[in-house]
Amino acid sequence: MTAEIRNLSKAYGGVRVLRDVNLTLVPGITCLMAASGAGKTTLVRILLGLELPDVGTVTGLETARLSAVFQEDRLLERQDAAGNLRFVLGAAYDEGRAAELLRELGLDGVDGKPAGEYSGGMKRRLALARALSVPFDFLALDEPFTGLDGENRKRAIACIRRHAAGKTVLLVTHDMEDAAGLNAKIVGLE
Amino acid sequence: MISTSARKNGKGTRPPLKGVRVWAVAFWLLLWQLGAIALGQRLLLPSPTEVLVCLARLAVTADFWRSVGWSAARIFSGFLIACAAGTVLAGLSARFQAVRELLCPLVTAAKAVPVVSFIILALVWLPSRQLSLFISALMVFPTVYLNLLEGVDHTDRRLLEMARVFRVPLGRRLRDIYLPQALPWFRSACSLGLGLCWKSGVAAEVIGLPGGSVGEQLYTAKVYLETPELFAWTVTIVAVSAVFEKLILGLLDRIGTKEARP
Repeated sequence: MTAEIRNLSKAYGGVRVLRDVNLTLVPGITCLMAASGAGKTTLVRILLGLELPDVGTVTGLETARLSAVFQEDRLLERQDAAGNLRFVLGAAYDEGRAAELLRELGLDGVDGKPAGEYSGGMKRRLALARALSVPFDFLALDEPFTGLDGENRKRAIACIRRHAAGKTVLLVTHDMEDAAGLNAKIVGLE
Repeated sequence: MISTSARKNGKGTRPPLKGVRVWAVAFWLLLWQLGAIALGQRLLLPSPTEVLVCLARLAVTADFWRSVGWSAARIFSGFLIACAAGTVLAGLSARFQAVRELLCPLVTAAKAVPVVSFIILALVWLPSRQLSLFISALMVFPTVYLNLLEGVDHTDRRLLEMARVFRVPLGRRLRDIYLPQALPWFRSACSLGLGLCWKSGVAAEVIGLPGGSVGEQLYTAKVYLETPELFAWTVTIVAVSAVFEKLILGLLDRIGTKEARP
């Protein structure tokens, strides 16, 4: 699946956040790197259909199945890991597959514990597990490694590589090492 | 300085009062008893003992329970209708701004117009048998509607966006996002509404005098200057209202606990 972003601009209250962005997202991992406040999250929100651009177009995502790790974890805090995965998967929830994914991310053995009681890093990994558990054509990862220590960062990178292989992925990060670990194509945003 | 930091730690605040304390009830009963003895006029202020005796005498009659059942059925039905209407319309108002704008004057009026005005108007439109049902529904509706709407308005937008991206169907969104958010608001509305429906419903019965109602019994007691009976019926209303509140809030708490369990 290829997404074409053409001449995209967006402003909030007269402050221009995105200016004339052109980008083609092809299967594989594209890493978007830019300074804070450069509009990375706004671009992700537009791609996910949560915002409309003032000017410009996004094509190729109209019928795509989307998935995302948002800048915030956005978990159902009163639900446990399985409950969070069941929320997005519904009847497609597979206990064995879910347990495998949680194990890959080092979240095995936390059954029954509400997500609200997780540490920051655990929440982040659960948000990633949720994003990777659904079938998707396009995956947006907005700072997915925030709060992860070295070991868990490696786990998360390995997990993304395994489950997002061949899919179109947009990674937003500040860390060059993460981009390198994922073999991502790096693009900038002015 | 010390108290400030203690307050910040949550140690300086008193825990919320849960339920009525026995010692507090005993204090007020004693005060009432002493007041009745000091006044010495049963017609003006019967003692708690006299009221209790009167209540015991009433409670063994079939008429007493028939009246309680008659009023409870109508007043509680009114409460349930208000809950159902308030829930549906709050949902529609949260979704459609036009519905919210349309209902705004109606809800404002229902909140502001004195209950007796509605009772007198309703007496013109409805048979007196349906009066308490209509009035209790009308009085409870704004509380349920406004509380639930507030609850839905406070729903975490970020979770809703997440559900949208993952294309989570409405049923699951209602169960896992809206319900946990709205339930405390609904509980609070029910707590207020259950008191309100009995107050307004019995007031409607006292004015409309439908045969066999608690309101009619209250009125009769007043006409015949049976003050202990008047008090006994009042105690009955308070007790029945408290039982309903306990049952409904208990049920909601169970739903809340079940929902919170992973």
